[in-house]
This record gives sequence, C-alpha cells and structure tokens, in this order.
Amino acid sequence: MIALDNVSKHFTSKRGTHHVLSDVSLTIDEGQFVCLLGPSGCGKSTLLNLIAGLDTPDQGTLAIDGKPIAGPGPDRSVMFQDSALFPWLSVRRNVDFGLELAGFRDKDERASRVETFLKKVQLWRFRDAYVHELSGGMKQRVALARALAPDPRVLLMDEPFAALDAQTRDVLHVELTEIWRATRKTVVFVTHNVREAVRLGDRVVLMATRPGRVKLDEPIALARPRTNEGDVAHYVGRIMKELRTEVEKVMREEIDDAWQPAPGAVPGSSSSGVGGGI
Amino acid sequence: MLAVGALLIGWACISRFGPWPRYMLPGPGGVALSLGHSLRTGELGRAVATSLYRLFAGYAMSSAAGITLGVMLARLSWLRAAVGPLVVGLQALPSICWLPLALLWFGLSEKAILFVVVMGSLLSITIATESAVRAVPTMYIRAARTMGARRLRLYTRVILPAALPGIVTGLKLGWTFAWRSLMAGELLYVAGGLGQLLTLGRELGDMAKVMSVMVVIVILGLGFERILFGNVEKRVRERWGYAQAEAA
Repeated sequence: MIALDNVSKHFTSKRGTHHVLSDVSLTIDEGQFVCLLGPSGCGKSTLLNLIAGLDTPDQGTLAIDGKPIAGPGPDRSVMFQDSALFPWLSVRRNVDFGLELAGFRDKDERASRVETFLKKVQLWRFRDAYVHELSGGMKQRVALARALAPDPRVLLMDEPFAALDAQTRDVLHVELTEIWRATRKTVVFVTHNVREAVRLGDRVVLMATRPGRVKLDEPIALARPRTNEGDVAHYVGRIMKELRTEVEKVMREEIDDAWQPAPGAVPGSSSSGVGGGI
Repeated sequence: MLAVGALLIGWACISRFGPWPRYMLPGPGGVALSLGHSLRTGELGRAVATSLYRLFAGYAMSSAAGITLGVMLARLSWLRAAVGPLVVGLQALPSICWLPLALLWFGLSEKAILFVVVMGSLLSITIATESAVRAVPTMYIRAARTMGARRLRLYTRVILPAALPGIVTGLKLGWTFAWRSLMAGELLYVAGGLGQLLTLGRELGDMAKVMSVMVVIVILGLGFERILFGNVEKRVRERWGYAQAEAA
C-alpha cells in the first residue's frame, strides 16, 4: 500500500514561488491500477517522482507499507515518456542491466529472466538489436520489460505512451492490461489523456492545477478488456466535464485573463486535444 | 589514386623546371631513394620507434588525467569555478611554449619532452570530456537512479558510456595535439626521434632526407587519425544513434 499524507511541494523560479502540490493525500492499494490525470502543470509527474524517490516533499509524508520513502529503490520501477534506454547496450543488455542494478547476482537467473520478459513484450527476436534500430513503440516495450524484470512491487509510469502514434498506443494498452492482469503489480500511471486513463485504470484520480491537488477520485467499475466505445465513453464524458474548468484555468494563466473559449473548443467534444487521438 | 598520381607528376615537374635548384626541392624519385636509404640503415626505424614511444607514453598519461579531470570538472561545481577559467586559458597556449619551463624543471631529459606532449593534449581532452559529461541527458541518470545505480557505478556504467561519443572526439583531438607538440618539441630539443631527423637533414643540407621524414610524418598522422580514430568515432556515433540523427 502506498500512502501519501498531506504532501506539498513547491518550486521557486524567477517568476516566483510555484506551488506544484498542495496538501495531497492519497492511498493506493496493493495491486491497484491508478491513473493520475490532469492538465499540464497539475503536478502529476512531480507526484510520481516523489513516489519514485527521485524528489523529496517539502511537507507531508510518503510511505510504502508504513515505511517512509527515502530515495529510489528496486521495489519501484519507473517508466518514462522517453524510453531512457541506454543506446550503448543491446536490448538484452539493457534489461540485464536493470536486473544487475536491482541486485540479481546469478547470471543464469538473469539470463532466463531477460528471456522471459523480452518474450512477454514480444521482442525476443530483437534481443541483439541496439536502441537506435527500434521504433518508438518497440523502445517502450523494452522499457516495460526492463521495468518488470526485477519483479518490483510498484510500477510507476510517467506518460509512457504519450509520444506514440494512436495505433501503437492502442496495441500497448491491450498488452499492458494483459501483463497487469497476469502480474497484479501496483501501477501508478500518469497521463493527460482521459480515454487512456479510463481505459486502463481501476481508479482515475483527477488533479486540479495551481496549486496541484486531488479534484476527483473516481473508481472505474468496468470489466476488462475495455474498448473505446460504450461505457468508457460514459466515464470519459463525466471526467471531461470536471477537467474543463481546469483546462480553462491553465489557458487563462498561460495566455491571458481575456482568453475566451471558442464554442466547443474545450473538452467535452471527442475531437479536442485533451483525450483525443485514441 | 588518380589524384595522388597527378600530385606526384606535378611535384616532379616543379622540382625539375621550377625556380629552385634540385638540391633544394628534390623530386619524388630522390625522396623515395632517401627514404629507402634511411630505412635500410635503420635510422628511420629507430627515429619512428623513439617518437611513437614518446607519443604513446605522453598520450596515455594525458588521456587518463584528462578524462578524470574532465569528469570532475563537470560534476563538481566548486572545482569548475576554481580551475575552469585556468583550463580554458591554458588551452589557448601552444604547448611548445612550455618547453623552456620544462627544460628548467626536468632538465635535458625525456621527461621534459613528455611534459610538452602531455600539456599539448591534456587540456583539450579535459574540455571535451567536461562538455560531454555535462551534456549527458539527465533522463539517463534519473533512469539509472530509479534502477538503483549510485556513486561509482553511476559513473562507470552510465555517465561515462553516455558521454563516450564526445570523449572519443576529444581523444582524437588530443591525439592530433600530442603529435604536433611532440614534433615541435623534437625539432627544438634534439634527442632522437623524427624531429631530430628533420633537423639533421636541414643541417646536412639534405632536403631529400627532410622531405622523406615529412612524408613519414604525414603517413603516420593520417594512419592514426583517419583510420584508427576515424573508424572508432564513426562506430561509436552510429551505435549511440547520432549518425541517424545527422542523416535525418
């Protein structure tokens, strides 16, 4: 169980103090798939970095099973929007490196784990390829294998599919759902895409901006595998309505107070940028 | 091949019909004869061996020290503030300018010439390493940290490999500087080596010898720079995915 208690975080820049997170409290159960959703600047990635241990909060506490989080650890794997694979290592060695760092000493065991997880993401055939030879979707598959191989308890995903084309993303959604159902890891998945969040999560946590805080915490009671039609659309519509005011707020701050939404330009319609593209 | 042939013919023509007498500008034939002669006597072999030994020794020292210093400069801001400007400033100084001091400090010895070679290549390797390490995407470091990499392992397994393309470029540049510093040093301070052979040729008025040594210097320089470093650099850039980005 991951417990966040009154977590606050701010960054100071030339333009003043920016409260990224303000008094965020959240409990994530073992084996749960939670999607953190929100417009840019709502602190969802910061929250993920805090759980990963890459950053420390100004106030509040973060704990896993009652133990406070003090830095990164092999119990939590992180996947980034950019695969962050190492170009000087082959696909196989990239996955192996993660295992080695996580403390797997036995070479045979490492080799068999590498094989298992590369097969799981269907890239065993490309085991000796180098990163520059892979497509964006393949890189994220390798990154997923690298994250899963050390058998972490928690998988932290920071917009892992945001840079992929819609078709590749669709395929990866299905595969990620399958892998999650088979392994039952706790997953914290950050996205700005409402459909992606509803499609993947047991629970969608919508975050508000300036300061970042939890605005809506919605369980998604839908059977898997989920498609984009039907009930998913129902949830998407409901969450979109909440998201609208947040997006407007961001626009006003980024552009001007005089910004006026064109009719239908802000979420609610399926063709809009937020949540579109699936 | 054709270009080389044309060049040789042009050279032969200038030597024969040009404004300088033959003894001042010998043709390719004369130079080839002289080359053959110094090869047979073993004079050239000894000079090449001496020069290459100095080159390798000095270069090995400056590579090791340069990479270490570069990494430290990149990661320790206080060190950068303290000696960064000094490094950039000294880099602008041609290394042969160190010779008078080196002769005072080390006397007329191998150490003096090694010092000049080291000073010639050390700082360019340091600067290249520093900028390469600073340009390592933070993404790699963050990813490695989440996987559990810390301290020494973060450097040896992630930061150094990530910076390798830039470091190789620095090593190549350092090699060129080391080679030039060595030749300048050997010309001025006579103690064996190719530079001394050049000086000897000049003193004897034997321009064929001078030019044959120049040819050897060119061949050695090309061999190491283009063939050795060129290939290593190309392969590293391909592997790291830079070559693709440039082509695109």
